[in-house]
Amino acid sequence: MFQIVRKQEMAKGSIIRFDITAPKIAAKAKAGQFVIVRVNETGERIPLTIADKDAFAGTITIIFQVVGKTTALMRSLKEGDLIRDVVGPLGKPAEVENVGTVIMVGGGTGVAILHHVTKAFKEAGNYVIGIIGAKEKDLLILEDEMRAMCDELVVTTDDGSWGERGFVTQPLQKYLEERYDIKLVYAIGPIVMMKNVCNLTKKYNIPTMVSLNPIMIDGTGMCGGCRVTVDNKIQFCCVDGPDFNGHLVDFDELEKRNNIYLKEEKESLLYSIR
Amino acid sequence: MFEQDVKYLKFKTYLNAYCPHCKNTFNVERKDNKWLEFKAKYKGEEIDLKLSPYLDVFDIESSVPIAEGDMVDDFLCPRCKKSLISTEIKCGECGSPVAEVIIAVFSKLIPFFICMKHGCTWHGISKADENKIKLKIPRQEMPEQDQKLRTTNFMEVPYGYTSELATLEAGRCLQCKNPKCVEGCPVNIDIPAFIRLIAEEKFDEAAKKIKERNILPAICGRVCPQETQCEAKCIMGVRDKPVAIGNLERFVADYERKMDLVKVPVIKNKINKRIAVVGSGPAGLTVAADLQQLGYQVTIFEALHELGGVLVYGIPEFRLPKSIVAFEIDYLRKLGVKFELNTVVGKTVTIDELLQHFHAVFIGVGAGLPTFMNIEGETLGNIFSANEYLTRMNLMKAYRFPEYDTPKPRGNKVVVIGGGNVAMDAARTAIRSGASEVTIVYRRSRQELPARHEEIRHAEEEGVKFMLLTNPVRYIGTDQRMVKAMECIRMKLGEPDSSGRRRPIPIEGSNFIIETDLVVVAIGTGPNPVIFQTNPDLKRNKWGYLEVNPETMETSKEFVYAGGDIVTGSATVILAMGAGRIAANAIHKKLSQLP
Repeated sequence: MFQIVRKQEMAKGSIIRFDITAPKIAAKAKAGQFVIVRVNETGERIPLTIADKDAFAGTITIIFQVVGKTTALMRSLKEGDLIRDVVGPLGKPAEVENVGTVIMVGGGTGVAILHHVTKAFKEAGNYVIGIIGAKEKDLLILEDEMRAMCDELVVTTDDGSWGERGFVTQPLQKYLEERYDIKLVYAIGPIVMMKNVCNLTKKYNIPTMVSLNPIMIDGTGMCGGCRVTVDNKIQFCCVDGPDFNGHLVDFDELEKRNNIYLKEEKESLLYSIR
Repeated sequence: MFEQDVKYLKFKTYLNAYCPHCKNTFNVERKDNKWLEFKAKYKGEEIDLKLSPYLDVFDIESSVPIAEGDMVDDFLCPRCKKSLISTEIKCGECGSPVAEVIIAVFSKLIPFFICMKHGCTWHGISKADENKIKLKIPRQEMPEQDQKLRTTNFMEVPYGYTSELATLEAGRCLQCKNPKCVEGCPVNIDIPAFIRLIAEEKFDEAAKKIKERNILPAICGRVCPQETQCEAKCIMGVRDKPVAIGNLERFVADYERKMDLVKVPVIKNKINKRIAVVGSGPAGLTVAADLQQLGYQVTIFEALHELGGVLVYGIPEFRLPKSIVAFEIDYLRKLGVKFELNTVVGKTVTIDELLQHFHAVFIGVGAGLPTFMNIEGETLGNIFSANEYLTRMNLMKAYRFPEYDTPKPRGNKVVVIGGGNVAMDAARTAIRSGASEVTIVYRRSRQELPARHEEIRHAEEEGVKFMLLTNPVRYIGTDQRMVKAMECIRMKLGEPDSSGRRRPIPIEGSNFIIETDLVVVAIGTGPNPVIFQTNPDLKRNKWGYLEVNPETMETSKEFVYAGGDIVTGSATVILAMGAGRIAANAIHKKLSQLP
């Protein structure tokens, strides 16, 4: 059993942050890795990226958006409540080195993961440019934390309620046009955002890493449910990823695969409400 | 018929005895009183004899008293008055002459001998004839859930033997002096000994006998491929069907559990050394049990949230009830084994960290990486690895969706690729979850199907179709990238390959398309990379599995041992247990030399 020591509602109750006691995971977790969470005995196993960790306090931070039954159930948990199973840290850590100038692009809850990777890149001595976006101001998370870490930060919202109006790809294009020293782009967010970022960086031939979030069960390479096509080869996101060269990922396929259980998700949510 | 069979094996058969000369019957039946009636000559006089008509009760009543140890001069048929004394056979106990009558057992006539010396209780049939009788007993099949009914639930299909059926089946064992079945068993259970104990109705002792060699009989009795192991070597199998060793094993284990006879041994000799076991599947459980009983302190690390490895995520409830696995694991817990769930060795802790705290490490993580065929369309929606499909249904209990949160894979026309036990499990699970049509597609012919015969039979009974000598070449998807059809090619069998099975060869131009909306790929697994990512120093063989010394199961790293599928590739529960046993002995030997 794993205790929730801190709960914070980050955006209108739809994005939630948990700090969970998991000393063994906290001691090992690196940026880019994830945990699998099962809330209770009848729960499903869902992957959630480790947004931060505190090895000294023995806690890990997860940030999730409420989208389905399990995340709705997690929102109802309070500080001090217990989560049945948390296993990790899974997946390969992000490959962090000092490459010079990097652009970190994040959208929606993706910023939660991005912020952990950004921290690592900053600590490695890179010049970090951050671009984060959300649908509207209230859904934007971790802006202050990102601003503290990044050498430059651009904020966008789809409706223009905060920062620049539009998508993260617009400021990204501007940077790619203006600066010639960008060595790497890291994009974490909704599939469509990562796809658009990759289409853009491909034109400028800038290496781009993305962090994928397919459906998973065990997270240890056993089920193969998380398989993604990278460079026309099947890769298991849980053991070969979750970070991949974005230019080689088949995003359309990933999007469709993630939608397989939309009907069941609704059914499950309805069942739990009843 | 059934009653009489049982009586025979309890050695209480009511004898139907006949005169070998005139075929007159000696049986007399009045009210509740039955006996065999003879004439005999004693001290020159003709007297009447009455014998009890049961094989195991030997009472003689005579019209004149006969002194103990005296010899009756002759046995006569009351009708033809001819002597019944055998010219060939002498009493097995005292060497006196014996009377020979004919008895009917299983509608077969067999000579039966009675010692002439009064007081000597030797009677019976010769060993050769006993074996002939045993051949006449048909192999007893387990009662099973109704074929229609069982496709609607996930409860276990065979109910198991009753004690009557078990004793009857045990009676078929020839008790060979040089038993071949033991050679066929990967853990060398003393099979004739435990079967003999069943025949004597000492079920409790039989269970103990098995447990000397195998700690998980309830599981092995259900999932071992007996027909290629112990039962393949059974001498009964040459003339008739082999003794149902697996069913008997299952029976005694169930009996012991249900009658609450399982006793946790007290471990007297404590050894102050710690062992880490990685993976709670069959190999890990065996190592843990063996070493804990020797006095070591064992901790099992499991990546999933439940213990049992393949026994809980892979093998479905209807083949191996989860309660049985839980019971066996509880036994280990009572022995003092500690368990650490949700711990991925290689991620949460590494082998090197374990070696700092433990004196030895055993790796039994299985070969949990599903293999795909790498053909077009394999990432379409509703194409699953067998691991994913079964994990969803078994471990996550998706068949009870939405009560359990994990979504149940939806499919009406299900295709399962592969012909092993896992393929059968997936197909039978699909039938139970409401698919209207389930087809197994296998590239070789029926003979080569690697699944247990029982699983194939069950699958067929439940309506699974077999499309043999067929292989998929690509999958066709809908606009939503869900699978809607599969293109297949017909195969023929060529020369035997390295595995000894005939190599399947595609027949050019024989392609055809079958409709399907759910595909399960059950073509085997490969080595899981997780443990190697943090321990590249563990030497691997050319297939990517762990390389071990076959005599000790020690890996290239000292004090690190391994066994089960991570060494051999996909194999069976019992082979993993056999490897675990070797490793446990080797670990004990090595650690005993340490101060």
